[in-house]
Amino acid sequence: MAAVVVPKFVGTRVKRREDPRLISGNGTYVDDVRLPGMLSAVILRSPYGHAKINSINVDAARKLPGVVAVLTGEDLKGKVGTLTTAAPAEHVPYHPPLAQGRVRFVGEAVVVAVATDAYKAQDALDLVEIDYDPLPVITDPEKALEPGAPIIHEEFGTNISTRAQVASGEIDGAMRAADRVIKFRLVNQRLAPVPMETRGTVAQWNQGSGHLTLWASTQGPHLLRSYLAEILKLPENRMRVIAPEVGGGFGAKLNVYAEEVLTAYLAMTLRQPVKWIERRRENLAATTHGRDMIVYVEAPVKNDGTLLGLKARFICDAGAYLQLLTPMIPGFAGMMMTGCYKVPAMAFEQLVVFTNKMAPDAYRGAGRPEACYIAERTMDMIATELNLDPAEVRRKNFIPKEAFPAQIPSGLVYDSGDYATALDKALKNIDYQKVRAEQAEARKQGRYLGIGLCSYVEICGIGPSAMLPPTMKGGGWESATIRMEPDCKVTVLTGVSPHGQGQETSFAQMVADDLGIGIDDINVVHGDTAIVQYGTGTFGSRGTSVGGAALMMATQKLQAKMKKIASTMMEVPPDQIVFHQGTLALASDLTKSIPMQRVVDGAYGYKVPIPGVEPGLNESAFYEPIACTFPFGTHACVVEVDPDTGVVKFLRYVAVDDCGRVINPLLVEGQVHGGIAQGIAQALYEEVIYDENGQLLTATLMDYAVPKAEMLPHYELDSTVTPSPINPLGVKGVGEAGTIGSTPCVVNAVHDALKPLGIKNLDMPLKPERIWRAIKSARKA
Amino acid sequence: MYPASFQYHRAASVKEALGMLQQFGEDAKLLSGGHSLLPMMKLRLAQPAHLVDIGGIADLASIREEGGRIVIGGATIHDQVASSNVVRSKLGLLAECAAAIGDIQVRNRGTLGGSLAHSDPAADYPAGVLALEGEIKLEGGSGSRTVKAQDFFVDLMTTAIKPGEILTSASFTPHPARTGYIYLKHRQPASGFAVVGVAAMVTLDAKGNCERVRVGITGLGPKAFRAAAVESALAGKKPEAATIGQAASHAADGIDALSDIHASAEFRSELARVYTRRAIQQAISRIKT
Repeated sequence: MAAVVVPKFVGTRVKRREDPRLISGNGTYVDDVRLPGMLSAVILRSPYGHAKINSINVDAARKLPGVVAVLTGEDLKGKVGTLTTAAPAEHVPYHPPLAQGRVRFVGEAVVVAVATDAYKAQDALDLVEIDYDPLPVITDPEKALEPGAPIIHEEFGTNISTRAQVASGEIDGAMRAADRVIKFRLVNQRLAPVPMETRGTVAQWNQGSGHLTLWASTQGPHLLRSYLAEILKLPENRMRVIAPEVGGGFGAKLNVYAEEVLTAYLAMTLRQPVKWIERRRENLAATTHGRDMIVYVEAPVKNDGTLLGLKARFICDAGAYLQLLTPMIPGFAGMMMTGCYKVPAMAFEQLVVFTNKMAPDAYRGAGRPEACYIAERTMDMIATELNLDPAEVRRKNFIPKEAFPAQIPSGLVYDSGDYATALDKALKNIDYQKVRAEQAEARKQGRYLGIGLCSYVEICGIGPSAMLPPTMKGGGWESATIRMEPDCKVTVLTGVSPHGQGQETSFAQMVADDLGIGIDDINVVHGDTAIVQYGTGTFGSRGTSVGGAALMMATQKLQAKMKKIASTMMEVPPDQIVFHQGTLALASDLTKSIPMQRVVDGAYGYKVPIPGVEPGLNESAFYEPIACTFPFGTHACVVEVDPDTGVVKFLRYVAVDDCGRVINPLLVEGQVHGGIAQGIAQALYEEVIYDENGQLLTATLMDYAVPKAEMLPHYELDSTVTPSPINPLGVKGVGEAGTIGSTPCVVNAVHDALKPLGIKNLDMPLKPERIWRAIKSARKA
Repeated sequence: MYPASFQYHRAASVKEALGMLQQFGEDAKLLSGGHSLLPMMKLRLAQPAHLVDIGGIADLASIREEGGRIVIGGATIHDQVASSNVVRSKLGLLAECAAAIGDIQVRNRGTLGGSLAHSDPAADYPAGVLALEGEIKLEGGSGSRTVKAQDFFVDLMTTAIKPGEILTSASFTPHPARTGYIYLKHRQPASGFAVVGVAAMVTLDAKGNCERVRVGITGLGPKAFRAAAVESALAGKKPEAATIGQAASHAADGIDALSDIHASAEFRSELARVYTRRAIQQAISRIKT
């Protein structure tokens, strides 16, 4: 890296360059794509949680004017392949894009109608007659394990998709050595990711050239291309996937869905472009959910609060079919459940269980919120059981900063960390002793004030390719191309696919500093497989730590070449040349310089051949990280519970996050804000609810409680900076940290508020009625 | 999201709208702000063949004082009610109800008449209109009639409006002197509708006793209602905490409380009692003496 160049943009609060077009309505989302002759597809979905399909009559629907095609699962047999999972699982169900013979969850696609517009397609679907025989439904994964439970995929003879066991250290010894073993059950309820823009696809087939172009609201256009190529049996060099503006993904758009296969197949067979735009109800029913895990925890502890080990049994709801990473997400929870703490022994067993629901998959945090919830509820349980201060219990068990890099029992190696400093800062910012005194005073008055802490560590920058399942397409690496155009403007092609993270801004900041130019001279391009070299995409807070590192490597290659060219012009060795204010200058005397344009002219004009240097200025790099990064921090909050109504009110919310080196504090704060909002939402508001018949009760945003601004506190943000030694930028990742740190913080605060009543373990979401009932029964007791 | 086909008609006057209703009969629906109707049409739960849009009739979107009453046109949007100087100064309880509805986008489209006519059991307006003893004017082919709020709300999403009638306005007596009021609501976290909403208005006499107490409750039962037992328990009494608490304990009496994923009937009833107690206390504390 050109360390001699004084950074101008990196580390500063540059406003998002993406925003002017987005807030002025000039963004192009999938639904803005309009092609000549384009048809609309609308999907009819199962109203049953579990049913046999006796017959489907589409005759009347096909006859309706304007209707071009109406297809059922039978029509697709042998034509397109099954949807699949990339993660290893013992039982992977056959998953056709349209149900065949049986439906297994409410919202499963059954019939697709294609018409000249979506209204006519919907009219056609209204005429479809389906004869269903309802079958017994199972929505509770624990009940799905009981003998005699209805079997969702009969061919497996069991509802268990996969089972894994991981153990490290002497967990039985830890149990014996403990003064006591604290046991409890945690539920990480099912959530819906709810991106502002629902999913959508437009498929266009060029019959002459045999090319398929697919616009999709996705987080990984190359991954999607690879999977679709397999399912549709098309060569990848004749497929182009474009992720235009993507209005949020949160993990749910890192997947391969039935609708992407369907629209592509329809465009190919009808030889007309086909658009499908997901409706909000479909988004809530048939886009992957998140979390949904029951955990039985056993924590052996000494009376001084020392945690000797951690044992857990996970029952993970897989829904009816496995989506791309469904069986893999709980694994992260197990690997990370020991949190920030030195825990000599751990063991977990994980059961992934089929139910009559939509499949969960990656959702902001993807396994780490679940892990953090285990670790941080455990810390508070220890504090409560042993009557210790929760801050002190954490401090006592922290992995000390001298121990990094630190291997944890699951085998992961934490890159760097200083957990005590982040905790201390959070305690100082919230004025811990003072709020404890206020709490004591409030309790005397019969008021229920609670203080919550959460010290989190999570895993980012995914990652070394070996971290991903061997069967997953793509790798853990990332790619970048940097091109100095003939007019001295720079084009960056990144393999990540930002959809709100802001890398059009942060990557431009990096390149601007490295090349000594302004950010307006840099264009960051992403999300088009015909333009950008293969990349893995945006997920797991990897965009900057992996994609940014790739860009840095490519930039270094470009710099080296430009210095070589300048060296022949300036007649000084390349290593004495630096990029400075639009010139290439002598490091020892910046006034001795040549304009960058001259170097660029030399490379493109090439009228004077430069020995050993090829014409042009276009460099690519593929970066394979050596390990993951582990951001951390402490969140602290003060809440007051209204005992008459169970309503939780925020009085303070303090966050101290450490995501390593920061390229743009504004972007980091934005990520933390959004993350905390979604984390608080899990703690207090959001929950996907199916009734015992498999009906989705939270089927619209009138019932699924995405928080409004007024339901969230004012955030007081702070940070510590512990650079990661893993990547050359020293960054760690911040896309998910807020979500991970906030949920246990709020849940701990509510329990702390209710401590005088002896209430120890309520499940999320901590809705007013749940709290009110707990208070009522505690007072009765 | 894709409604069935329908014909759209924009009425220029109440008379024209009435004519259209007569012409299309049961196939027609009135469109005002559209905030309840359009979502139902998008889900195809409602498939009217004709929409008669009354949102553009100027007479229906007005706030005026007439013969000592405040008259609000049926197509007046919530935000207009919430921000009107007349309503805020003379009919503050209604302004508070309007301000509590949905969010700013909803308040810029939804209308008073639409909300009352729809009679959603969790809507905010009905609580205030009941507490204020409003009068609702209905116009039909054979003339107009006025219905008291108390008689207007009949059952779940059912009102006294007859087929072919249009709710053209609601009128109210301004708050008397020595009156305090408040609208308190427990918001459903997703929709913003009232799990329970209590509109309370208390007038004290010269001695500081309760001269008149009016309590309208929404969200609790299939329709909004006036909590008569609460009102009468306080009438003529000195508004002390224990008396108010005792009176508020009757807030849910005789109501077949609703139950859903957001609140059970038991919790809703308790919320009604707690919010009624608090609303009365806060209404009294706001009385300027």
